[in-house]
Amino acid sequence: MSELLNSTEIKIINSNGFGGVLNEKLKNQAFSILETIQFPTTRTEAWKYTRLGKISNKKFTIQKGTISSISEYKIVEEATTLTFVNGFYSSELSSKNIPAGIEVTPLSNGVSSTEIGQNVQIENEIFNSINTSFSTDGANIVIKEKTVLEKPLQIIHISTGEHTISNVRNCIISEKNSQAEIIQSFFSENATESFTNVVTEIFVKENAHLTLHKIQKEDNTSYHVSTEQVDQHKNSTFTINTLTLSGALVRNNLNIEVNGENCATHLNGGYILKGNQHVDNHTLVDHKVANCNSFELYKGILKDKSTGVFNGKVFVRKDAQKINAFQSNANVLLSDDAAINSKPELEIYADDVKCSHGSTTGQLDEEALFYLRARGLSEKSARELIVSAFINDVIEKIENEEVRSFIIKIIQ
Amino acid sequence: MIKIENLHASIDGKEILKGLNLEVKAGEIHAIMGPNGAGKSTLASILAGRDIYNITEGSVDFDGKDLLDLSIEDRAREGLFLAFQYPIEIPGVSNINFLRASLNEIRDYKGEEQISAKDFMTLVREKSAIVELDPKLASRSVNEGFSGGEKKRNEIFQMAMLNPKLAILDETDSGLDIDALRIVANGVNKLKSKDNATIVITHYQRLLDYIVPDFVHVLYDGKIVKTGTKELALELEEKGYDWIKEEFSK
Repeated sequence: MSELLNSTEIKIINSNGFGGVLNEKLKNQAFSILETIQFPTTRTEAWKYTRLGKISNKKFTIQKGTISSISEYKIVEEATTLTFVNGFYSSELSSKNIPAGIEVTPLSNGVSSTEIGQNVQIENEIFNSINTSFSTDGANIVIKEKTVLEKPLQIIHISTGEHTISNVRNCIISEKNSQAEIIQSFFSENATESFTNVVTEIFVKENAHLTLHKIQKEDNTSYHVSTEQVDQHKNSTFTINTLTLSGALVRNNLNIEVNGENCATHLNGGYILKGNQHVDNHTLVDHKVANCNSFELYKGILKDKSTGVFNGKVFVRKDAQKINAFQSNANVLLSDDAAINSKPELEIYADDVKCSHGSTTGQLDEEALFYLRARGLSEKSARELIVSAFINDVIEKIENEEVRSFIIKIIQ
Repeated sequence: MIKIENLHASIDGKEILKGLNLEVKAGEIHAIMGPNGAGKSTLASILAGRDIYNITEGSVDFDGKDLLDLSIEDRAREGLFLAFQYPIEIPGVSNINFLRASLNEIRDYKGEEQISAKDFMTLVREKSAIVELDPKLASRSVNEGFSGGEKKRNEIFQMAMLNPKLAILDETDSGLDIDALRIVANGVNKLKSKDNATIVITHYQRLLDYIVPDFVHVLYDGKIVKTGTKELALELEEKGYDWIKEEFSK
């Protein structure tokens, strides 16, 4: 395989001598794909509104970096923290004491899941293939059976340097009857056009409860492609809150397979964009079996020339009766040049279900603006009040107060 | 306090105000009545600063300042208050949070100190009592889930909180039953002083039994065509507006 590592055929990556940490079988499969795969164009439905030219015509280097402190990146003060810089584990910036009942280790030390890679599609998926071939590290987390974690876990990713790429692979297992909250955040420090390519495999076992907060606040010039592949077993609850606050191009692929009955799945997303930022949220909830509920709420505020994409797909398979699946996407455009492409998709094969989807896009309510200004509020204050009221619906769903305040502080 | 001279205004090419003149002095209550489409709500909106109208001629002097030159928020900060005919709901924006922000921006504008949280809450309790508004409603989102009567009382509550020099009540009585009307009128009367003034825009005479005006004006076809005392209101109640239309249609 070493010839491939040196070959110019490997798209956009300069591996700089770093080999990937996944097993050989997975890497070989991924390398084969990379030999022939092309970048998707806008003629590919899944990438219709997200142009990849800025990524596909560049070379990104896998390269270690150093950060002196994570104090400004900590969302929760007293949390078990795992820090990665440019996709490499930083033991100095990570917690030494791990609470009982959990395993929190860098993936490079070994991966606990025997299922790793099995649910992640690499065929026709160039970013997953790159990640599988080259991922240098990530978080390996196991919440052991019956463990109820008191405080959240914090995974901090920092990208730094120019044209660097972080290939991160995370594996999170919530074993039976466990309960935990994990914050995965992405920041930049002195980074220019860095690229973060993440795959997070999540297994929520029987009767487990897992809440994941994903905060994206990378540099204005940075690129980010992230895939969450979730496997939910019966009687479990999975909640993911995705907050995209900054980044030149951000693409989130959230795939949830609800494989067991009596599951609850919550997908909440907020995106607040300005300048020329672009975010593309593709979500998939696949209801394979009966008696489950899913709730999806994504709200966006787009200023200046920013653009957004929302593509929410809900599958309800033939035997998945008594499913309640609700999906809603609402957007506010604050300028004439901002744009959003919103496509809800429901594909329903069962006949005893309750499903709904809705999408709205509009501007700030002029009447509301007038009302507030007529009470003495400046135009700026009135706008801010109405905009934060709009996004508050999503922020309210984040139960953790520290995470909520962190987000509110950033968006103000 | 406010002097409107020869005000002409149009919207979408259609002239609504056609040379309106009105003068209101401190301590006075003026009622403006008139048939539908005469321009009553247009006048209220224009004075508050709604920018969808085209002011083609005329001037408005508000305590020595050119009102038409001021932004919406500056008019409010100078002491002008509009009680809306159809107060809108603003979900997610807390009634008292925005009022505190308003109060503080007004104080800032006047060079006064910001209000403390404690003083603010005392003010809220005091003023919500004037209009018998449950303080719990005061802390919900602006007008969200409020009944018609509660929305109108909320307008007067805000008026009490902001203590304006000139209050314009735009058909505050519309959609209210007698009890709600009584409460709203009571609130307005409690706030009346020799230093402030009120313009009551109304379609029906009924409100004026409770808020007794010093002057009654009839607005017809974009102008004030008749001015009288509260007896004029009773005359309109009895005879309707047809005789006005006959007298002033040329």
